[in-house]
Order: sequence, then C-alpha cells, then structure tokens
Amino acid sequence: MSASSAPLSASPCGTRSAVKRLMLLKSEEFGKEVRRSAIRVPEEKKNSMSGAKGKFSESVMKVVFLLAACVSILCVLLICLFLFSNGLPAIGKIGPVAFLTGMEWRPGSELYGIAPMIVGSLYVTAGAIVTGVPLGVLTAVFMAEFCPKRLYGVLSPAISLLAGVPSILYGFFGLVVMVPFVREMFGGSGKSLLTASILLGIMILPTITSVSEAAIRAVPRSSYEGALALGATHERSVFFAVLPAARSGILAGVVLGIGRSIGETMAVIMVAGNQVLIPESLVQGARTLTANIVLEMGYAADLHREALIGTALVLFIFILVLNTSMALSFGRKVP
Amino acid sequence: MKTSRRAFAGIKPLSLALRGCVLAAAVATVSIIFFIVGYIVFMGVPNITPEIFSWHYDSVNVSLVPALINTAIMTALSLLISAPLGIFAAVYMTEYARRGNRLVPLVRLAAETLAGIPSIVYGLFGMLCFVMTLGWGYSLLAGAFTMAVMILPVIMRTTEEALIAVPDSYREGSFGLGAGRLRTVFSIVLPPAVPGILAGIILCIGRVVGETAALIFTAGTVAKIPDSAFSSVRTLSVHMYSLSSEGLHIDQAYATAVVLLILVIVINMSSVALAKRITEGKCG
Repeated sequence: MSASSAPLSASPCGTRSAVKRLMLLKSEEFGKEVRRSAIRVPEEKKNSMSGAKGKFSESVMKVVFLLAACVSILCVLLICLFLFSNGLPAIGKIGPVAFLTGMEWRPGSELYGIAPMIVGSLYVTAGAIVTGVPLGVLTAVFMAEFCPKRLYGVLSPAISLLAGVPSILYGFFGLVVMVPFVREMFGGSGKSLLTASILLGIMILPTITSVSEAAIRAVPRSSYEGALALGATHERSVFFAVLPAARSGILAGVVLGIGRSIGETMAVIMVAGNQVLIPESLVQGARTLTANIVLEMGYAADLHREALIGTALVLFIFILVLNTSMALSFGRKVP
Repeated sequence: MKTSRRAFAGIKPLSLALRGCVLAAAVATVSIIFFIVGYIVFMGVPNITPEIFSWHYDSVNVSLVPALINTAIMTALSLLISAPLGIFAAVYMTEYARRGNRLVPLVRLAAETLAGIPSIVYGLFGMLCFVMTLGWGYSLLAGAFTMAVMILPVIMRTTEEALIAVPDSYREGSFGLGAGRLRTVFSIVLPPAVPGILAGIILCIGRVVGETAALIFTAGTVAKIPDSAFSSVRTLSVHMYSLSSEGLHIDQAYATAVVLLILVIVINMSSVALAKRITEGKCG
C-alpha cells in the first residue's frame, strides 16, 4: 500500500489537478504513512513487504465487496423462502381454487376465500389510476411544456414533497377530511371505495408526474418543432406530437403507480372501510389484500395465520409479475 | 411563437380546451399539496402542547417523546446495518465487476425486486424470519433488520449513481500513478461521491421515519424507551397509527402528525438540496 503512496505524493505535478485536490483531502493520513515508510523501511524491503500486504488486503476487500453485492440476492431468496414455505402449505390445505376464488373469509368457521380482497385491491387500484393518472400526466405536461421557470422552482419541490409524505399521514388526512366529506356528499359511512381511490390517486400523483415529466422532456425537440412548422399551435404540438412519443415512459410511470397503490397498506386501511364484500357501488367499503394482512395478523393463529401469509404471497407474486413484465417490456430505459 | 399563439387562440377551440385542461390539472395538483400540508399544520400546531413532549408515555398523556427517540435509534441501527452493505455492493458493481460479469444483472434484478416489494410483505418477512425463526420477538433489532433490507436497494442505487458520476479520468489518473484498485476506490472515487451517497442515505432516513406497515409486526407497539436491543419499540409513525386508529386522542394525533410531517419534510428537503448541489457542481 505504502509503495504506491510514495510516488503519489512525491510527484503530484504529473497528475490532473483534480486528483491532486482529492489526494490532499487525505493528506494527513498520506503524510503519516509516507513518512513512516520512508524513515523506517529500507527501499527494497518496503516494496516486497507492502506489495504482498497490498495484494492481500486488495483480494480480501474484493471478496468483501462481492459478498456485499450478493446480500441483495440473498435477501430476495430469503423473502421468497419464508413466504413460500409458510404460505404454500396453507394454500394447499385450503385448496388453491377455494383460496383464490372463495367468496367467504370467515376464519372462525375455517373459510378462507380471498376473492373479495383480490377484487377489492383491483378496484382500489383501478380507482387510483382513474383519478391519479390524468391529473398526473397533465401536471407533467404543464411542468415540462407550459410552466414559467419561476413557477417551476416552486412546483417541482412541492411535488417531491408530496412524494415524501408518509402513507400514515395520507391515511390520517383521509380519515379526518375525506371520509366526512364523502359521507356528507354521497351518503354511506364515508369509508368507501371512492375515498380510498381518490386518496390513492393523490398518493401516486407524484410518481406519475415525475416519471411522465422525465419522459416528456426526453422526447427530441425536433418532433415538437416539426409540428409547429406544419402550422400546429403550441398545445396541439405538445399533445399530438410530443405526448405520443413519450407514451412508453408515461406507461412506465403508470405501472410504477399501480405497484405502489396495490401495495399500499396504512392509508387504505384507514379510509376503505375493510368489509369483506365485493363492493357494489362506489360508496361501499372494500378490503384489500394488504389491509387483510394488517387487520388480522395481530391475533391470527395456526391456519388463519398461514392463510394471511398466503395472502401476502399472492400480493408478492402479483408485484413480481408486474415488475418483471415492466422490466421485460421497457428494458433498462425506464428512469 | 407567443404572438401567433395569442392571435390564433380565439379560433382554435381545441387548443384552448387543451390549455385549459393542463392549467386546471396543475392548479388542482398544487391546491391538493397545499391543502394537505396546510390542513395538517393548521389543525396540528394549536394542539402542540408541552404535555406531548413529556418524558413518559401513559394512556392519559400520550407523549410522543419515547416514539421520537425510538425512531432515532431505529433509523441509526438500520442505517448501520444497511449503509456499509449497500455502499460496498455499489462499489463492487461499478468498480470491480468486469464488463459481461454474470453477477451484475442478477444483483440488479434482485435490487429492483426488493425495491418493488410492498412494505407489508417486508413486515411479514421480518416477522417470520427475525421475530419467529431467529426468536428475537417483537424487538428493536428485528425492526431494524427489516428496515435495513427495505432500504438496501435505495442505498445501492443512489451510491451506484454517485459512483458512476465520478469521471473516469480520476480513476485513470490514480491507476496511472500506481495506486491499487482498493486505494483508488477509497481515496479517489468515494470522496467526490460522498454528497450523492449522503443524499441517498438521507432519503432512506425519510423512508424509515415514515414507515409503519413493516414495523407493526416486527418492532411492536410498546411506547417506551428500549432497555435493550430486544425490547419492543414504537416509532413515531406507528405511534401516529395507533393514535388515529384508537380515535381517543385526536388532538394529540393532530400534533403528532405535524411533528412527523415537519420531520419528514426537513429530511427530504435536505436530501433534495444535497442532490441538487451535486448536479449544479457538476455542471459548473
């Protein structure tokens, strides 16, 4: 190690100034090391010794880095192992068809059908897409093509602020503001599919906006200018030349939003009502897969507990399929 | 362009309608943001009393101080576990792995998978793995390990981006002077990447502070300052959840919401500011 440091500090002029500046950051340590090696170790001995030592620590650290890189693979494998080994037996015992398509979830009488929860999750996600995507994409269009620069300086941080708000706070806001509002306006208890859909739409708004904005900005300017040159107005050029070209990027944002809203737990629990029924109207409550887990995991035992883990397994597989299909269809272009 | 737009605005109804839609959407988004933040702050600030900052939590006075301290310990512990792993993994991916290395796409795929997993699934995994199989019980340690797994992909990705942003000429200069790969990584490549890595770490702090679902079944809900790594703890978000779902202390819930919101905003803004400073520095 010290063999390499001696020439470094001895001939800094041979390097780029940036490197020199970086080296100076650590100059104290370097100085010490260099002095030590220069004074105590004779030239030939130093080279051989430190060379071996350097090689040793080099290879040790390479293994350490390699192991660290493998940790994420290990984590995925562990998660799969625990979910499958605890969830699959229960699904087998209940029967995969009965589990996935059963309409009754009554742990007291050993009935474990998660169809209402699957439908609930899909409904809530669809609702979130319906409310969140148009708003998000249009906001992205505004930010990329219509926004004055000064306003952008306010809008952009505000949207990243929205992205950082914890889901429990969204849930609280939904509970104290939106639930009473929906109750007054549309009747029912207020804890409903509608409330959950709007709240989730707000929650996925920042994701959709930022991904769509990046996609719109990535469209070559020439297609916009071409449309202008053909006599289209600014709005027409943006909507009919730029937006179609940004399609795949926007779709990637929507898929991200789907992933986020289907996996959302705490906010949904507080506003969706959580009845185990397939809702027949927007003002009825619904229970999602995630809500089912959190609500009952605290006191569940035996088959009930395993059935809940089976619920998580279904959710996990759904997310995996979603992400894999996204990775396959978009490659690594997705921002 | 501007004049032509104005001149044609009267006779182009479609363009006018499109412009109206875009403006309406932007106004709606902005008002949603300000309404949510404004409402929580407006309702919460009057409820911030000295009592909720008392040292002990009990059922009469639902103090948030133990939860706040627990949040800090939980964040520190999970970062302690995750940050070195994530940074080292990113170093391997950018500095060590050769082109065509078969491990790299696999690690990337794993990290992307981890990033997409919902937090409740992490919670169940933590419960099955740390709480039950390893027998740690509902504990600080189980919660911290669960959070560490959850933030690992974020640290890996941000560190990787920060390392990639370091110009190759730095590395070439270092190698050219005879430095080994290890020395190059630690003395040349990592120092300029520190702000980027830090921005990622701050982002992770925000995630841990805001996380609820993954912690309920791993760290539990005991609102006490922990005696050991194996005692059950309640973080601020979990505290917020139990206050608002019990519905008994709605005023205190408002106050807690403000504290949590401000905490998270400050954390995220500092991450954004840090990241912005880097990109500006790079351009200039």
